[in-house]
Amino acid sequence: MKLIIAAIKPFKLEEVREALTTIGVQGLMVSEIKGYGRQAGHTEIYRGAEYVVNFIPKIKLEMVVADDIAEQVVEALAAAAKTGSIGDGKVFVLNVETSLRVRTGETGDEAL
Amino acid sequence: MNKFSKKMNKFSKIITTGVLASAMAAPALAQEAASQEAAVHTQFIFNSLLFLIGGFLVFWMAAGFTMLEAGLVRSKNVTMQLTKNMALFSLAGIIYYLVGYNLMYPLGNWMIGADETGGYIGAIGVAALEVVGAGADALDDLSYASTGSDFFFQLMFAAATASIVSGALAERIKLWPFLVFVAILTGLIYPIQASWKWGGGFLDSQLGFLDFAGSTVVHSVGGWAALAGALVLGARTGRYGKDGRVVPFHGSNLPLATLGTFILWMGWFGFNGGSQLAMGTLGDVTDISRIFANTNTAAMGGALAALVLTQLLYKKPDLTMILNGALAGLVAITAEPLTPTLGQATLIGAMGGIIVVFAVPMLDKLKIDDVVGAIPVHLFAGIWGTMAVLFTNPEATLKGQLLSIVIVGVFVFVISYVVWMILKATMGIRVSQEAEINGLDMTELGMEAYPDFTNR
Repeated sequence: MKLIIAAIKPFKLEEVREALTTIGVQGLMVSEIKGYGRQAGHTEIYRGAEYVVNFIPKIKLEMVVADDIAEQVVEALAAAAKTGSIGDGKVFVLNVETSLRVRTGETGDEAL
Repeated sequence: MNKFSKKMNKFSKIITTGVLASAMAAPALAQEAASQEAAVHTQFIFNSLLFLIGGFLVFWMAAGFTMLEAGLVRSKNVTMQLTKNMALFSLAGIIYYLVGYNLMYPLGNWMIGADETGGYIGAIGVAALEVVGAGADALDDLSYASTGSDFFFQLMFAAATASIVSGALAERIKLWPFLVFVAILTGLIYPIQASWKWGGGFLDSQLGFLDFAGSTVVHSVGGWAALAGALVLGARTGRYGKDGRVVPFHGSNLPLATLGTFILWMGWFGFNGGSQLAMGTLGDVTDISRIFANTNTAAMGGALAALVLTQLLYKKPDLTMILNGALAGLVAITAEPLTPTLGQATLIGAMGGIIVVFAVPMLDKLKIDDVVGAIPVHLFAGIWGTMAVLFTNPEATLKGQLLSIVIVGVFVFVISYVVWMILKATMGIRVSQEAEINGLDMTELGMEAYPDFTNR
């Protein structure tokens, strides 16, 4: 099983979610985050005082999928999330040791 | 006697008198006397009505201040700001009833001074209204207005003055010492200096000082008290860096701040309009009409000036400065909302807006941390408005205006500063740094304003 972590632009969420559902991803965790990559920060002014905006709002997705579809999921995710401009985000893939469905007690691939 | 039968009694009295007079073909004198009495009564009624309506409009400014401040502080401090505003307004009203009203309006019974040579300290006593169902003979002053309406109206002004202070000192002051200061402000500081002008005291009788609705008497007083407090209290943690950096602390709710500004704008029609103190003649009503129109256009001038200036200076307009600009325009016109033309009023307001846009960063440079811009809006624009009277009212004198600004300023600032220092030494006025960082809502009140959202 693989844990796929992705940071994407917030307005892309719906598009990405649809693409993932089509591929067969059955569960997803979504959180609002702020972050930066190689994008430079920019300066704003509030009541005459300058400040640098370093962190940009992003959406973080986390999902655990079966090994055999992991690569397709990454491709589909990236394709849906891409705009071609700076700040499109990143995708990471990690190994997962165990999964468990709380309600039934199923483990392994059956829990996904 | 209930209100309805009271109306019927008066109505039937007038009708009866009229009928009798015409039936007997009495000399014109009897009719004359009856209609004269009706005219006096009508004037009294309209004057009182002005105070009642003006009074609840000024009351509504409390909601304005509260929303403006709630919107400009950070989420973790919003509940404290709301609590401070509810508490200070309520406390101010009660203290004003107990002490302030008679100090401010001794009606000639000065403890120190006299009407003719200059009044200095007014009377001590609890405020007392007229009896229930008062007839013409039971009224305190048939030529003026009901005492209750006058008291109600003036109470709101005192409470408004106290509201000004709470914005500047937000996010790091302790609740109870702040309320002690409010009690002293509304019980002593405000009424004493107000008596010097509106109570017939020496600024009025000896210096010919003109301040129609209180650019000095209310707004600069609040501003001076806020400035003294800000100096004694110190800036919020993390606001100013060693290298001269100024760190912005963003407001948590700009819609609320904007709503608050519009509410204050609306209340100001009562604030300035009610200060005509009479609505019983053609002249009065046309005056009040001018006052409403001028008050309004001054706010617009201030807002637009701030909009344009922030666009030019910062390449982007700053909403919070536009809000401050509108309020500064209102403060500026408050000293003389009657005599200017609409054009003059707009320019007077615009100057207020300009002052604010420069004053806010200037205070930051001096490391005076004013969370909502209360000092630029109320103190600086208040001084400007008081001086601007010279441009539109020929009865104003340079000496009268300037000297009064200085006298009131020194009086209020020095006493406020001393009181803040005493409070600092005895009760302590500032929360601990940990409380300040975690937010006053949780540490002082145990209650969040936006419990489902993340606190910054």
